[in-house]
Amino acid sequence: MEILFLETLQQGLIYSIVVLGIYLSFRILDYADLSVDGTLPLGAAVAASMIIAGYNPWLATLTATGAGAIAGLFTGYLHTKFNINPLLTGILTMTGLYSVNLQIMGRANLPLLGQQVIFSPPIGMDERVFTITLLLLLVAFIIFLLHRFLDTEIGLALRATGNNQKMITCLGVNTDTMKLLGLSISNAMVSLSGALISQYQGFADVGIGIGTIIGGLASLIIGEVLFSNGKILRDLIAVALGSIIFRLIIALVLRMGLPPTFLKLMTAIIVIVALAAPNFREKVLAKRRYRAYANN
Amino acid sequence: MLTISNITKSFNLGSVNEKLALDGVTLHLKAGDFVTVIGSNGAGKSSLMNVISGVLTLDQGSIIINNDDVTFLPEHRRAKEIGRVFQDPMMGTASNMTIEENLVLALKRGQKRFFKKAITNKEREIFREKLKFLELGLENNLQQKAGLLSGGQRQALTLIMASLMNPKLMLLDEHTASLDPKTGNKVMEVTEEIIRSNKLTTLMITHDLQQALCVGNRTIMMHEGKIVADLKGEERKKATVATLLGLFEKNSGRGLLSDRMLLM
Repeated sequence: MEILFLETLQQGLIYSIVVLGIYLSFRILDYADLSVDGTLPLGAAVAASMIIAGYNPWLATLTATGAGAIAGLFTGYLHTKFNINPLLTGILTMTGLYSVNLQIMGRANLPLLGQQVIFSPPIGMDERVFTITLLLLLVAFIIFLLHRFLDTEIGLALRATGNNQKMITCLGVNTDTMKLLGLSISNAMVSLSGALISQYQGFADVGIGIGTIIGGLASLIIGEVLFSNGKILRDLIAVALGSIIFRLIIALVLRMGLPPTFLKLMTAIIVIVALAAPNFREKVLAKRRYRAYANN
Repeated sequence: MLTISNITKSFNLGSVNEKLALDGVTLHLKAGDFVTVIGSNGAGKSSLMNVISGVLTLDQGSIIINNDDVTFLPEHRRAKEIGRVFQDPMMGTASNMTIEENLVLALKRGQKRFFKKAITNKEREIFREKLKFLELGLENNLQQKAGLLSGGQRQALTLIMASLMNPKLMLLDEHTASLDPKTGNKVMEVTEEIIRSNKLTTLMITHDLQQALCVGNRTIMMHEGKIVADLKGEERKKATVATLLGLFEKNSGRGLLSDRMLLM
């Protein structure tokens, strides 16, 4: 049970980088970016291929992150230069990346057995302790960087782009540039997470990206509902925690005997409920208010 | 200061819905001019604002601000010279961001932005000073979200943001029209004070004929994409609302400027 919890925590931390990336595109930039379903396996594919080719795992991870940034730029260009609908730009990138990922890996699944990865502990150190420490430091560092970034002049312009495009254009900001910047950072983070996933589980698979956006959204909403207070730093920590809680829920449900094939359906249902609940609640309350008034 | 030469703008060119929004408009503003713009719905007032600020591109003609030809500059690159306030109070501020974050965005208007912490105590000092002038108590709530402010407060904040970096030109598009009369008057007082103390050149659209005459130093009337009357100096001093209505009737062959004016 303890080991199960530890593994879930590790997975939650790795996926929290995805959730932070989705927070940046969905919440800060107000851009429903679906490319993440393609950039997650992109990161895994690049990192795994490079590690197998003998490169340093850190260099492989960094390159994977860069690949994600480029894919994010591509999505952004489709929208800003050709005026394609944001949802569609993400779907186009995601679909195109499927072939790209297969091409990078050469086949659908690439095992990393016996390879030196960033989670390989230094001699004399326990692997589990090393992995969890590394992940905690990494996620804390990313939250710190994001928080600092969103308080800079450019960071504020990015937030304003997602909040009131008309106003920030009036103040001399090119909103296209801001969208490109935001999408590239967001997808870089998702690819970084993909690179970590492949090294953590010991293989890269072309199918690991399916449902990334929905799982990420579920985590985002769980985190926001439970911990958010509208301040940026608190939000960042909240959505990272949301990712851990989401993974815990999944682990528990699997333990209770739900076949793994139902996972995606369950995730979709969590998101539907979370999105529908506030709306439904308002309707019920309005009806109750009306009845109370009618009865008097 | 602002020179608009023979500008033309059509919508839906080549279709049955083709509409000539601006029809050879020529207008020159001297530095410090405060011009009020009146006209019925569809006269081209907002189109005029939108081509000056770069929201719309011209079909013909040129726009020169302070010797810089801005005819082909995109909207965000003209922003340095132009401060704008819209009719909708939601439009001028970012509702999810705090008052000080909104102000600091305006403090960097048209300048290069860097990966540098945006707000320090130095900026806060400037903001408190500027906000004190509004007498709304906003200077004590810098960390409040702009979305929590009332329409009048947001409009006042937008005015401060628009004038913060002393733009060369101020464009006000019926910025008091969606406020209740009392708040509208207060915002108008603040507007005049800001324009006077910063000596801003201003173009203001209004539907209030009385206001059009008593605010500023010049009034232009538009109809069907043209400037049909231009009142200044002695002529304007003597003019009354009746004069404006008469002028409009003469130029359009119709009685009233718009339905909305019936209410005033």
